[in-house]
Amino acid sequence: MSVNLTLLTVMGALYACAIYLILERSLTRVLLGLMLLANATNLLILATGGYAGLAPMFSKDIDPREFNDPLPQALILTSIVISFAVTAFMLGIIYRTWVLARQDEILDDLEDLRVAETPSFDAEDDAEIPVETSEFPWTMIGSDGTGISDTPAGAGTATVTVGDLTIKADDAAAEEQPGARNVASGPEEDKK
Amino acid sequence: MNVASFAPLAVVLPLLGAALTFLLIRHSQAQRAVSIGLLSLTLLLECWLLASVWEGGTAAVNIGGWLPPWGIVLVVDQFSSLMLVVSSAVSLAVLVYATGQGMADGDQDAPVSIFHPTYLILVAGVSNAFLSGDLFNLYVGFEILLTASYVLITLGGTGPRIRAGVTYVVVSVVSSVLFLIAIAMIYGATGTVNMADLAIKLAELDQGTRTVLHVLLLVAFGIKAAVFPLSFWLPDSYPTAPAPVTAVFAGLLTKVGVYAMVRTETLLFPGDTLNTPLMVAALLTMVVGILGALAQTDIKRLLSFTLVSHIGYMVFGLAMSSVAGLGAAVFYVAHHITIQTSLFLVTGLIERRGGSSSMDRVAGLAKLSPVLGVLFFVPAMNLAGIPPFSGFLGKLGLLQAGVQLGTPLAYALVAGGVLTSLLTLLAIARVWNRAFWRKPEDAEHPDPVLLAGPEDSATGDRAGKSNVTLLPRTMVGSTLGLVVFGVALTVFAGPLFKVADQSAQVMLDRSSYIQAVLGEDAPVPVIANPAQDPQQGPQLAQQPGQQQGGQK
Repeated sequence: MSVNLTLLTVMGALYACAIYLILERSLTRVLLGLMLLANATNLLILATGGYAGLAPMFSKDIDPREFNDPLPQALILTSIVISFAVTAFMLGIIYRTWVLARQDEILDDLEDLRVAETPSFDAEDDAEIPVETSEFPWTMIGSDGTGISDTPAGAGTATVTVGDLTIKADDAAAEEQPGARNVASGPEEDKK
Repeated sequence: MNVASFAPLAVVLPLLGAALTFLLIRHSQAQRAVSIGLLSLTLLLECWLLASVWEGGTAAVNIGGWLPPWGIVLVVDQFSSLMLVVSSAVSLAVLVYATGQGMADGDQDAPVSIFHPTYLILVAGVSNAFLSGDLFNLYVGFEILLTASYVLITLGGTGPRIRAGVTYVVVSVVSSVLFLIAIAMIYGATGTVNMADLAIKLAELDQGTRTVLHVLLLVAFGIKAAVFPLSFWLPDSYPTAPAPVTAVFAGLLTKVGVYAMVRTETLLFPGDTLNTPLMVAALLTMVVGILGALAQTDIKRLLSFTLVSHIGYMVFGLAMSSVAGLGAAVFYVAHHITIQTSLFLVTGLIERRGGSSSMDRVAGLAKLSPVLGVLFFVPAMNLAGIPPFSGFLGKLGLLQAGVQLGTPLAYALVAGGVLTSLLTLLAIARVWNRAFWRKPEDAEHPDPVLLAGPEDSATGDRAGKSNVTLLPRTMVGSTLGLVVFGVALTVFAGPLFKVADQSAQVMLDRSSYIQAVLGEDAPVPVIANPAQDPQQGPQLAQQPGQQQGGQK
């Protein structure tokens, strides 16, 4: 008795093809890859049962070592059933993708792309706004030495740099005022 | 009477419920009653199981009368029954939440008729994985819960869910195949898949073979538990599912992976040959995970990243393989299941009330719905580890154990743990500031639901009325129940920590488990055979001394 080299070679080839197919972008190929992967593993389990032997029907006359190990075959049966269910489910998914997008490619995650494109600068958290935005501006209590005035310092001319945008400080401040609604087109829309 | 004789019911009852609810697919009222009733019954049974092993002890039952190591064994000990109780309590709360959502929405968002059977199968798979004393049965448990989760994550079949589902299914199938390969290799090397039997026979293998098997299992479980280099799939796939589904996935599925890691580490490979790589993985999981969370604006995605990050704490506790570390990890798993699930449930409520789960688009919820504020604030502070909550106690236990261990790597992990805790607080505080404290008008492109405040005379009537359906009582009630359960973990942390430490001691000792499965006269191997493993013997011999010194 010897190890079945053919089976082992087939197993290796199946694993190689499976990995190649899983790395594809087309869902049908990924499914084929998963099926090959499951079958390669079934062959591996079969190989762990040891050398080929007689069917395990117990008879006192036969040396127990002559029998095949039945347990790996039971494991394979279970794993076949499971991969069958997964294949059926994946087929359903592929059909659904086809219905929705008319293609069976794996789509990109939009939220991932959005997060990747978001600059590290957050207008709300990080913008330096030279105009006082609190409800009690310094200008109103005259701390800047110019006397009491309702007009914020530098009104009308000052600008704020938000990322690569330049916004009028008045606009930026108006947006930060308590109770301000973002009804007027914001700085982001202005650029567009 | 052997308490474990009743353990199979924890798997059978939900499966029976799944069959019944499938038959009742056209009667949603009866479906709800059956699934909630049977899950409550399962929870009661598991509470009884936990009560019977509370003082210690391990019980095993042979399924179908086949003697181990040939037949399948279910094992009840402190760790598995604690996990069962926490997971069932959490799944019950989520089930009530989901029925509340279904009733409020008129079952339009999700085909709830298929939800109940699938959900119960998921619970059965989780219970099976926790109880299993057999590696292949553990695999079957995983497959049951994964197959159910494939259906749940693509519920409704909308575009984003299908996209997320594909990633999830492919990654899960690959990790399951890796697990199966590991089982095949282990069977080839030892000729058994019974875990107690493996504990004896693996010790007889040479170090190289054992390390290969160990690494295979760790990688397979690492994907399921979302440990750092293998955690990429989780934040991509979880957030798109319906809120209750995300909540139960976040609470349970990764923790089943952690449970399997703990079991195999302590029972099958009790040496500490791979503890250093595990500790490095734990550190990276914590830090990289939480840095990912800081970049997110969607609350669900942010929570998914904190989920990954906090898995690092559990792996840290496991990798220390001391009683203090493992005990703290056990406590941390129980705490984290509850807290993470309640946060996802609250996020579902935020999405209903604010019209979006992006923290740019929701604002002013503290004023619009103070209840929501409390429901979010308590588990959020708990997650960040603010005293006196259970998150603080669990982290404190882990850090103490790390300091006891005293190696440079352990100190690095302690520092990483503190940093992660602080960054979690930062991430959570950003959500709080934006979603709860800003004025609704400051939100970017706010949903009309958010702006229609009750004081708005034109829409006041509508807002007053819609407030009821926006936050249905069942959903708020079940979330409140889970938050209270999380606080109860804090209140009863003393006895809970005692049980966790005891279970850690029993798991590291192994004799109770092996003798419960294989009979009183089974040979319990001295931890890591010193004859074949000269470098491990002395280290492990030192450990009990270290632990006792540390506990005082």
